[in-house]
Amino acid sequence: MIKEHLDLYEVFIRGKRGLDHKHVGSLHAEDPEQALEYARDIYTRRGEGVSIWVVRSRDITASQEDDSEAFYDPSNDKPYRLATYYRLPDEVNNM
Amino acid sequence: MTEDELEQAFYRRIENEEKIEPKDWMPEGYRQNLIRQISQHAHSEVIGMQPEGNWITRAPSLRRKAILLAKVQDEGGHGLYLYSTAETLGISRAEMIEALQSCKAKYASIFNYPAQTWADVGAIGWLVDGAAIVNQVSLQRTSYGPYSRSMIRICKEESFHQRQGYELMLTLCRGTEEQKAMAQDALNRFYWPALMMFGPHDSESAHSAKSMQWKIKRESNDDLRQKFIDQTVPQIEFLGLEHPDKDIRWNEERGHYDHGEIDWDEFYRVISGNGPCNRQRIQHHIRVHEEGAWVRDAMSAYQQKKRQRAQAA
Ligand SMILES: [Fe+2]
Ligand SMILES: [Fe+2]
Repeated sequence: MIKEHLDLYEVFIRGKRGLDHKHVGSLHAEDPEQALEYARDIYTRRGEGVSIWVVRSRDITASQEDDSEAFYDPSNDKPYRLATYYRLPDEVNNM
Repeated sequence: MTEDELEQAFYRRIENEEKIEPKDWMPEGYRQNLIRQISQHAHSEVIGMQPEGNWITRAPSLRRKAILLAKVQDEGGHGLYLYSTAETLGISRAEMIEALQSCKAKYASIFNYPAQTWADVGAIGWLVDGAAIVNQVSLQRTSYGPYSRSMIRICKEESFHQRQGYELMLTLCRGTEEQKAMAQDALNRFYWPALMMFGPHDSESAHSAKSMQWKIKRESNDDLRQKFIDQTVPQIEFLGLEHPDKDIRWNEERGHYDHGEIDWDEFYRVISGNGPCNRQRIQHHIRVHEEGAWVRDAMSAYQQKKRQRAQAA
């Protein structure tokens, strides 16, 4: 078996209870269990997290930044979705 | 670990203000209580689209139409966040929808009132979303991690809902006598139901004590309601409208407004299914769900075809 052909996994770590899992990097592994152990060894040597997720990279469907103009276009011209769009007098501006 | 030790670890976490995460051991009652509250919250977001949605085609300007459309779209998104959050507890979306449609699950009773005039759209944003925000800000500190995170996300999005509603009311109040009267009428009809959104008095609330102990809820119904009452008084004054509660009075000693009593008979009547629009809301949900079935069927047929083609290739 050639090492280079192992599956690539993306690693996500929850730094603290209550926080989201954050992407920290990736690694190669034979299977998810092994990926989890590798992730522990590689990414949490200094108590960086309380929970790890590993996901096969090829299972991730990602948007392309090059296409972002067309992809996000439907929301770019809608400033009325922001609270700051509504100017209220100072007396009632705290809502 | 034994069941006892797991339970102790759970309560230690609650004690130390640590969040509970989906894969943690949790008492069955905690899980069920969360499923009830979160699914109820999700149903409220979705059913809440109906009274306002009723006005999208009749908004008085393109600007107002775009704003209302964006707000109603947000509420649909909030429903999605919350259904997904409940699903982390081991209940399926289909089970929750079934409970809603068979009236086993509740939703905020405020959405059983109709939006009769354009001013109601303003009153709903200002008062109904305003009350929801008070509740949701408090729930950002709930003990269940995924619920807390969805509340943080929702509160960020929610901020424009109340402001657009108040801005709408302000515009009406600065308009003609007729427009101002329409604003007053909307305020009169939505003020009390908005207060009811916080639920019964703490002494009457079936789930409150346990929820507080588990830190699912962080502040009592009455405390949250008081917060809303206090913040709303100057907002009504600024609009130049009359306060619907004739007993509203500043209490120097308490540092809060004293207020009149809510009509609890009305509250229980509406929550038990006999408000102005209860049947209509559920019927509409069922009808739209059924009318949309062909879209879901078509999508899954297309998926199947794609898979077969991939296998053949
Ligand atoms: Fe919402
Ligand atoms: Fe909202």
